[in-house]
Parts: sequence; structure tokens; C-alpha cells
Amino acid sequence: MPEITEETVKKISRLANLRLDADETARFTEHLEKVLEYMRKLNQLDTTGIPQTAHALPKQNVWREDQVLPGLDRSEALAGAPDVRDDCFRVPRIIE
Amino acid sequence: MDLHEHSALEIREGIARGKFTAQEVCERVFARIRDWDPKFRIFLASDEEGAHSAATEVDRKLAAGEPVGLLAGIPLALKDNLCTSGFPTTCASRILEGWRPPYNATVVERVKAAGAVLVGKVNMDEFAMGSSCENSAFFPTRNPWNPECVVGGSSGGSAAAVAADLVPLALGSDTGGSIRQPAAFCGVTGLKPTYGRVSRFGLVAFASSLDQIGPLARSVEDAALLLSVIAGHDQQDATSTDLPVPDYLLRLREGVKGLKIGLPREFISAGIQPEIKAALETAQKVFADAGADLIEVALPHSEYCLAAYYLAATAEASSNLARYDGVQYGLRVSGDNLLEMYGATRAAGFGSEVKRRIMLGTYALSAGYYEAYYKKALQVRTLIQRDFEQAMTKCDLILTPTSPTTAFRLGEKMEDPLTMYLSDVFTISANLAGLPGISIPCGYSLEGLPIGLQLIGRAYDEETMLRTAYAYQSRTDWHKQRPAMEETK
Repeated sequence: MPEITEETVKKISRLANLRLDADETARFTEHLEKVLEYMRKLNQLDTTGIPQTAHALPKQNVWREDQVLPGLDRSEALAGAPDVRDDCFRVPRIIE
Repeated sequence: MDLHEHSALEIREGIARGKFTAQEVCERVFARIRDWDPKFRIFLASDEEGAHSAATEVDRKLAAGEPVGLLAGIPLALKDNLCTSGFPTTCASRILEGWRPPYNATVVERVKAAGAVLVGKVNMDEFAMGSSCENSAFFPTRNPWNPECVVGGSSGGSAAAVAADLVPLALGSDTGGSIRQPAAFCGVTGLKPTYGRVSRFGLVAFASSLDQIGPLARSVEDAALLLSVIAGHDQQDATSTDLPVPDYLLRLREGVKGLKIGLPREFISAGIQPEIKAALETAQKVFADAGADLIEVALPHSEYCLAAYYLAATAEASSNLARYDGVQYGLRVSGDNLLEMYGATRAAGFGSEVKRRIMLGTYALSAGYYEAYYKKALQVRTLIQRDFEQAMTKCDLILTPTSPTTAFRLGEKMEDPLTMYLSDVFTISANLAGLPGISIPCGYSLEGLPIGLQLIGRAYDEETMLRTAYAYQSRTDWHKQRPAMEETK
């Protein structure tokens, strides 16, 4: 049985806040199953005890002096927003 | 020689010596853009006014005897995922159409300060996701060597702009081969620096642990020049490394005598176009004649690179691209409530490949699958890194083809994501291991399409990689061949 069904794709699309139409849902179901089937070749490797590399550099925390520097001013920060009111980003109502 | 045929260094020299002015160079660029861009569709937005005033400023400074920078008067194109203050930056996506960033990327600041003349923003695969430039939401770019073929991706516009002699220099970004593969497809030189060598501040993020900005040029020398300007620590990017930056032009001519070049036996596999295999064998002789020792090395986990890469990269992308929610910038499609608005905005704003990768990444990070996919991929990444550490104890550099094929036909791989992903099979390991890589032209197919070879170097040792690539270019003239664009006009 395939790992990816249309139900899985619908669930993932909700997690990703991505609305898919019926055609996309069908197509992605097929594509994801095919791609993941290829990805599962990683299971051929025994990785017990192998650490994870999330980043190519061995860096940990990077420190710097805490200097006060000017940031973006409010009008610049809001200039690209689709909807603004009273110097704030405006969004649909979230509390009924 | 016509102005547009000059290298970046020749242009700088010519302007400094008064042979021509920065304005003349700039006018020539825009004349060529008008002639050729309608055919190849390289630019998403050109900036004639801004370029003209930058060129005028270079000419004024020189006339007044004021100092000018390393890139004074050199025309340069930017991939459209590099933020340019007040100038559109779309990532070739509908979701950012019309957005004007409030600041410049650090690399943009640096090239401007060095006197470069920024001529505009060039096409790419949407959010740098793709290997052909066909995933641009606006239009695909066509290859100057054959307009029926793709330019490669994702920095396809950057490679094409250089290949078509519109500009001598361009900046691209490389997450899994996005500078090197289009450089190979378009017959130009493209370099991905060591992770951390160049600041990513102002580069719109795709996969933050893999992304790196780098130069595309017609020669190793010009690429070295541009790298000298953009490399170095930046407080705005905590992953940029605080190491001194050499003048990369200084030691280019030191040759390769005694250097050991490793040939990974795993990469000499089936699936490589025979002409590419043959070109690589010829290239090995060139390096050997130059005095390098060629040895066989092992990268035993090579066959797992692609799977590990696509899991790690899409997981990071699904998280990075969560910011496009219709609130702070870009597109908004209204909905009855906040979640409806998010869903509708992202449905309308993202193209098919971006959605596919967000889905794959979200799945790989989701409860129940995280261990099997994402964690597993990061463990395999460790094994791949160890392979390189091991191999690099025996050699100074690794030589591979850049891509298993030459440029393919437009539309050929669009409905088969996995085959498209395989286009990056030789380049992604350098991103996973954080190592520098360069692609340079090393021949042409029977059809006349460019072939590229890749050199992978040690971390932060771009110098050795550049002088090896330079040694090759000083013995060959593949990089000097130009596409016969007039014939296809």
C-alpha cells in the first residue's frame, strides 16, 4: 500500500497552509509517493549512532557587542504590506 | 574588439586608462539588452536609469582623480533573489510580484561600493527551486547556444546574461548546484564559495544551511575578481565566517604542479552523457600536463546525496517559506478568516514546484515521519561530509562533471520532478559538505552545447580551486568560444 494517499496530501496541505485544488491533490499524491520511494533508499544505510549534521559549519553561538543601531523605520517596514491601518499590519479578524 | 566582448578586468582597465568611459560601456549593455533580451528573456527588470547614474559617477570620479573601487564601471546583473533597496525583487514568484525591499543585500552593498554598474535583475527558477529556469512564474529563459534548450537553474538568468555577452559579471546563488549547473549549460564559469564565505544577508532564503551566493563570469579571473569583493565576514549574517579574505587574483598564476586531483570512482557511473565522459577524460590529461597528479578517491555515500539533499533542503524550505502569509509583504488573497487568507494567498502566489517542495518538506518534518526522513537525511549528511574529509586527506581537489547531461530541451523534464532533480547529482554534495565548487567549460557536445567540469576544493580554500581552474583555462580556449546568436536571431 502506498504511504502517500490523497488523505495524507490533504493533511499535509493543512499543516503547510497551502490550499490545493483537486487536480493538484491528485498530482502531488502521485509525485510525493514517487519521490519518497526514491528517498527511502536512505534506509539501506545503517545510521545507528551517527550524529546529525544540520549545518555545514561547526559553529555554535556567535556573540557580538550589544550595540544600539538604527533599524528600519516604521513606514519603511510597512511599505510592502498588503493592508495597513494605524501604523500596524492589518489582518482578518481572529477573535470572534 | 567590441566593447561587450571585453572581460570585466579589461573593462575596468579600459575605463581607468581612458580608452572608453563607463557610460559608453553602460550604453552598450543596454543596446544589447534591447537587441537580445526579447529573444532569450533573461531580465525580469532592468534598471537603465540606476545603471546610467552609477556609470556617470565612476566617470566623474576618474575625471576628478578620486579613487574608484575594484569593480569600477563593470556592468553586473543580479539574480532576482538578492534584495535591492527600492527596486523590485520577486524571486521569480507571483507572491513577491511588485515588492520593493527596504534594504540591500550585503553583496549588493559591496558590489555597489566597489563601483559596479548594476544593470538589473535576472530570471531564475521560482525561489531558486529548479534546474532549468522553467519554474519562473513569469517566463522561461532560453539558452544563447540554442534557444530551444533550457539555460539550467536556478541561476539561469545570471548564466545566460554572461553567456550572451550582455554583462561580463553576474551574481547567482547555489543551494544544490544552482550556480554551477547553469554555468555548465551556458558555457560560462560559475563558483559556489565555501558555506560562510559570503554573507547571505538579503538573499531570500531557500535552504539556509545550504544557500551560498557566488559569481558567474566568462573566465576564472573575472570570477576571482568578483569573489574578492563579495567575500568576508558580515555581522548581519551569523553564519558568515570571520576569516581574512585573500585577493583571489594574486595567486592565480602559481600553477598546479604537485597538486593532487581526486577522481571519485563513484561518479564515473552510467547515466553520464558519453560526450561529457569523453570531455572529462580529455580534461584530466590537461591537468596532468600542467603538472597535477590525478588519483582515484572514494566517496562511498555519493549515491545517497540526492535523497539526503532533497529531504534536508525541502524541510528547510517549508519552514523558510512559511513567512509568505500575505501579512508583511507581497501578495494577499482575501479570505473569510486568517487561515482562509493564508491558504488562498499561498495557493495563488506559489507555483507548482514550490508547492511540491513545501509539501515534501512539511511531510518530512511532520510527526511520525521526522525520524524516518529528516533525521535520517541529516545523519546521512554526516556520512557524506566524512567521505569528503577522508578523500581530502589524499587529494587537494576533486574533479567531476558538473552535470550528467548538457542543456536539455524546454519542457522535456517538466512533468517528471525526479529526473529534473537528477540534474544536480554531482553538485549537491558540495552544498551538503559546505565545500567550495567551481564549474568551467571543458568542451561541446556534437550538437554544439557546452559541457562543464567541476572542481570541489577544501573549505575556505577557494584560492587553490581558482588557480587550478585558471591553469586549465590558460591551456584551453573552451571558455573563449561564444554562441553564434546572430544565426538564431
